[in-house]
Amino acid sequence: MLKVEVYRYNPDTDKTPYTQTYEVDTEGKDLMVLDVLELLKAQDPTLTYRRSCREGVCGSDGMNINGVNGLACIKPLSECVKNNKLVLRPLLGLPVIRDLVVDMGQFYEQFRKVEPYLQNDTPAPAIERLQSPEERAKLDGLYECILCACCSTACPSFWWNPDKFIGPAGLLQAYRFLADSRDNATEHRLSKLDDPFSVFRCRGIQNCVAVCPKGLNPTRAIGQIRTMLLQRAA
Amino acid sequence: MVTNVTSMGRSGVSDWLLQRASAVILLAYTVFIVGYILLTPELDYSQWRALFDQLWMRIFSLLALLSIVAHAWIGLWVVITDYLTERAIGSKALVLRLLAQGVLALVAVTYTLWGIEIIWGF
Ligand code: SF4
Ligand code: SF4
Ligand code: FES
Repeated sequence: MLKVEVYRYNPDTDKTPYTQTYEVDTEGKDLMVLDVLELLKAQDPTLTYRRSCREGVCGSDGMNINGVNGLACIKPLSECVKNNKLVLRPLLGLPVIRDLVVDMGQFYEQFRKVEPYLQNDTPAPAIERLQSPEERAKLDGLYECILCACCSTACPSFWWNPDKFIGPAGLLQAYRFLADSRDNATEHRLSKLDDPFSVFRCRGIQNCVAVCPKGLNPTRAIGQIRTMLLQRAA
Repeated sequence: MVTNVTSMGRSGVSDWLLQRASAVILLAYTVFIVGYILLTPELDYSQWRALFDQLWMRIFSLLALLSIVAHAWIGLWVVITDYLTERAIGSKALVLRLLAQGVLALVAVTYTLWGIEIIWGF
């Protein structure tokens, strides 16, 4: 029997959050954490979490699994369980709505700030804006982000200033558009990032890199934005 | 609310550059002073005094002094605006933060003036 400790909180009925312990029979299989949650849900229908695709593409079941952020649906027990124990908590630093469900508002607000869409004020060509394979390759490692928030909620700078520091996820997307040859709003984008918080609160701890379930590297993107800002100032 | 008004250069780029430039100056100064002490076997007051009587040494020392002030201000401003915030400790944050910045400013000004007096005074 696997022992599972889950963070429980229902603001309607609970004064404070508490930890509930469950026992789950995994039948010796190396299940995904999400499978365990489904088994728990069968035991206790009040347990609440988000999930959708169950294959690591929608980004809805980011949570803190034995102390490390990850997507429950693609995290096998063999990679996280220690001493037959699984501890599940909501993502850190965002308000808890209920149990493992957090309010992602602050996270999306930072995403909104980087204007995550192509901007180009030159007349649109007849068919489409072309990009060479080399230019397209620059977007690899950036466009794959699924906005699961595992990175930003593992980042101490985001914990302290979630309203001012864009956070690794938002900055990865900021760079995704700065690096896009079809986008020509570079100056506008950089001018919005040049304060002491938006980019420069990154202290290079690389928690973001360590947890990203898609294997992306926000720290590198942040370094590239910083270089662009320095070149712009020089 | 935490704003940028009390940051050193008001822009992320200038703070970042200043932090690195001051670090380089401080490193050079530390290496120089430690090296000088180690390489001067019988260092006495007159020698030490002669070193600081030279113009370049005074300028170097002044630069190091200003670097410490800038470096400390930028670094501690980051610490203060991380931890002494309404979000982290509630409504007393504003008073505490301004108090911390006031103390910091006082120490910075005192050390700068005092240092200038020591280096340039007679
Ligand atoms: S590298 Fe920067 S963005 Fe990533 S966790 Fe550290 S401080 Fe946050
Ligand atoms: S960078 Fe990775 S961890 Fe961060 S939101 Fe995107 S996919 Fe999730
Ligand atoms: S359920 Fe979609 S990413 Fe896990």
